Amino acid sequence: MTTQNFLQIVLYLVVLLALVKPLGTYMARIYQDEPAGLNRWLAGFEKLLYRWCSVDVKQDMRWTQYALAVLVFNLLGLLVVYALQRCQAVLPLNPQNLPAINPDSAFNTAVSFATNTNWQGYSGETTMSYFTQMLGLSVQNFLSAATGMAVLVALTRSFIRRNSNGIGNFWVDMTRSTLYILLPLSLLLAVLLVGQGVVQTTNPYQNVTLIEAVSYDQPKLDANGQAVMDVTGKPATETIETKQQTLALGPAAAQIAIKQLGTNGGGFFNVNSAHPFENPTPLSNFLEMLAILLIPASLCYSFGVMVGDTRQGWVILAAMTLIFTALVFVAVSAEQSGNPLLKVDQIASESQAGGNMEGKETRFGIVNSALWAVATTAASNGSVNAMHDSFTPIGGLVPMFLMQLGEVIYGGVGSGLYGMIVFAIVAVFLAGLMIGRTPEYLGKKIEAFEMKMAAIIILVPPLMVLGGTALALMLEVGKVGVLNNGAHGFSEVLYAFSSAGNNNGSAFAGLSANTPFYNFLLGLIMLFSRYWLMIPVLAIAGSLASKKIVPVGLGTLPTHTPLFTVLLMITVLMVGALTFVPALALGPIIEHIQISQQSQVLPCGGQALPDCQAKSDLHTIHTQVQP
Amino acid sequence: MLNYFKPAVLLLLLLTLLTGIIYPLVVTAFAQLFYADKANGSLIVDIKGQAVGSTLIGQSFTQAKYFWGRASATSPYPYNASASSGSNLGPTNPDLITTVNTRVKTLQVAESSNKIAVPVDLVTASGSGLDPHISLAAVDYQIKRVAKARNMDENKLHELVNAHTETRQWFVFGEPRINVLQLNLALDQATR
Repeated sequence: MTTQNFLQIVLYLVVLLALVKPLGTYMARIYQDEPAGLNRWLAGFEKLLYRWCSVDVKQDMRWTQYALAVLVFNLLGLLVVYALQRCQAVLPLNPQNLPAINPDSAFNTAVSFATNTNWQGYSGETTMSYFTQMLGLSVQNFLSAATGMAVLVALTRSFIRRNSNGIGNFWVDMTRSTLYILLPLSLLLAVLLVGQGVVQTTNPYQNVTLIEAVSYDQPKLDANGQAVMDVTGKPATETIETKQQTLALGPAAAQIAIKQLGTNGGGFFNVNSAHPFENPTPLSNFLEMLAILLIPASLCYSFGVMVGDTRQGWVILAAMTLIFTALVFVAVSAEQSGNPLLKVDQIASESQAGGNMEGKETRFGIVNSALWAVATTAASNGSVNAMHDSFTPIGGLVPMFLMQLGEVIYGGVGSGLYGMIVFAIVAVFLAGLMIGRTPEYLGKKIEAFEMKMAAIIILVPPLMVLGGTALALMLEVGKVGVLNNGAHGFSEVLYAFSSAGNNNGSAFAGLSANTPFYNFLLGLIMLFSRYWLMIPVLAIAGSLASKKIVPVGLGTLPTHTPLFTVLLMITVLMVGALTFVPALALGPIIEHIQISQQSQVLPCGGQALPDCQAKSDLHTIHTQVQP
Repeated sequence: MLNYFKPAVLLLLLLTLLTGIIYPLVVTAFAQLFYADKANGSLIVDIKGQAVGSTLIGQSFTQAKYFWGRASATSPYPYNASASSGSNLGPTNPDLITTVNTRVKTLQVAESSNKIAVPVDLVTASGSGLDPHISLAAVDYQIKRVAKARNMDENKLHELVNAHTETRQWFVFGEPRINVLQLNLALDQATR
């Protein structure tokens, strides 16, 4: 850990936390329909929107009605994304003439974007037309995020209401989230990103002439597209020389802004924010990274404002931030220590970032790559600026574990906090058992119904993750896609299901998941873990709203104290650790032991190279070349 | 049931119009008006008006007279900017170790006089496969070779390199680095 690393981490945390209160206050005002600027200037437009769409603003929905509205709206969105992908060949704004996407991949992508997961089995620049990206994927980036925020607001509302049947109006909550929060923030971020060099154009891909021609071998094909065999019966190759480079372009900045802010994470290009056109400078990287956690963190404060005690929000935010910060240092240290099997100079200095640079970009170095990896998996964002598959075993364990905690360390916009509130309910229940009193949270009695729903919410993702991993590893179709062998191959599959089962979307991308098996299985899992969490959360909201508010008594566990922060952290970590440590032991932990052993036995990275000495002398040599 | 479908369909339609058409087009209009160069890919245009690359996208260099960039795992050829990709090789994958060792060998053969350990970024594949930069250490490692191939004074080359060094943005963000394509273009200019 260098001073520069430390400085950049601290700066990130300080800026993030400084923005929590202003944005949190603003969002609370939006949801409570208090004057907040934008919602008064655009009030006429909002009203008009409801009238055109025959939305009954006065309707106070029961939780079942609210859930039905969520499901219908998300299902329609899903169908539109599916249809757009299947028809993109005949639709406009397709300058590269990309063909229609096959049904299983289109299904997977449609589910993925409607559920705020943004798992990507496809590769953006070679698959999706500008039209599909804009009208399909971008739109769901907004609407899936707004759906999560709406459900959170409904849950929050249920704590303040007493003896009420209704928990609010989904159409209104969702529209306000989009109109007043996501859209203006995206517009601001998109403009800033364009200024840093993110592309935003509807022009076709640009051809440029290379300085130095590139030659490469390619399998020879006959007129029918079949591989030609040479005399020995092997596929023949031909050497091709190219002097051209084709730069993939597109209306990227607009989509990147919302994919970061809405914890979506679906990149415009294949390598997501590692692509220089998607994330060109360290500053664009900082802004995109800030956008990942901005709304989820600020919503904690909004929650506090809306339940009438901001300390309740700070306590939750503190629990999230402490776990996050600790894991940032683990991941950055692991990546900075490098890959002991490589016999090269990996020591950080003023002239290089050093560390494990495989799959990382020079402009970001180690600290920004590892910090991003932790932020993107703490939140259910899933965008990447480095290839997680090439991380060190411990560096890769951290993102995986954060997803497995259930995406509650900040988590998705809305979904992260409602997940954390469920953990808070479990925490007061545990405390209630210990002191022998009926548990209460924010004045509401926690009873059998809430606990049953909470149990579903906590058990569904592990079931999906572990069940899915086990199934994939038992079947040949699941194993063929694995790129790296051994423990790391197991990690690839476990990571994929952790990602889909918690609606994250990042990947150990060596796994070739664009196959019918993975597309269908992961698609179903994403659907299940999104809605079988959302529906029970709404059920809890319905139940809480119908209860009276009990006054604080002697037996009430205070939930605004540091003690509760600790209790909440223990609850989250215990559930996560008890469920996933055995699985993690088979993947990253074994790999970590292997890598340490191999590097001890064979000081030269397992390779019998003559200039073996270089590694041990590395430090001295390096300091000598410093001017 | 219908009282759910009607608002759902209509809201989806209008919000698609707003977030899927109006929003990206507003950003595009802004970008093309104020940042046309950047929004269209930060192209580098030579004297003849021909686009020879982008300041943001690396190119493959293998000749001794040029500085070499990061390894690239794009297929079918390195630095294929229409199909970005990392290698996704895990840290214990024997393929990774072999590939890196081969790259180290290639470099050591090209710079036989150089006894410094090879900087890690020069022999590992970047995340995008299009990384335009290398570290200062990676440039230092190659200076002798390039100077020799171009019959250039090493000090002169150092000056050129220093002029192309990018520091941390706002003194804090990111890592110090050098844009390989721009440095090589400047080299061609200087020794023309």
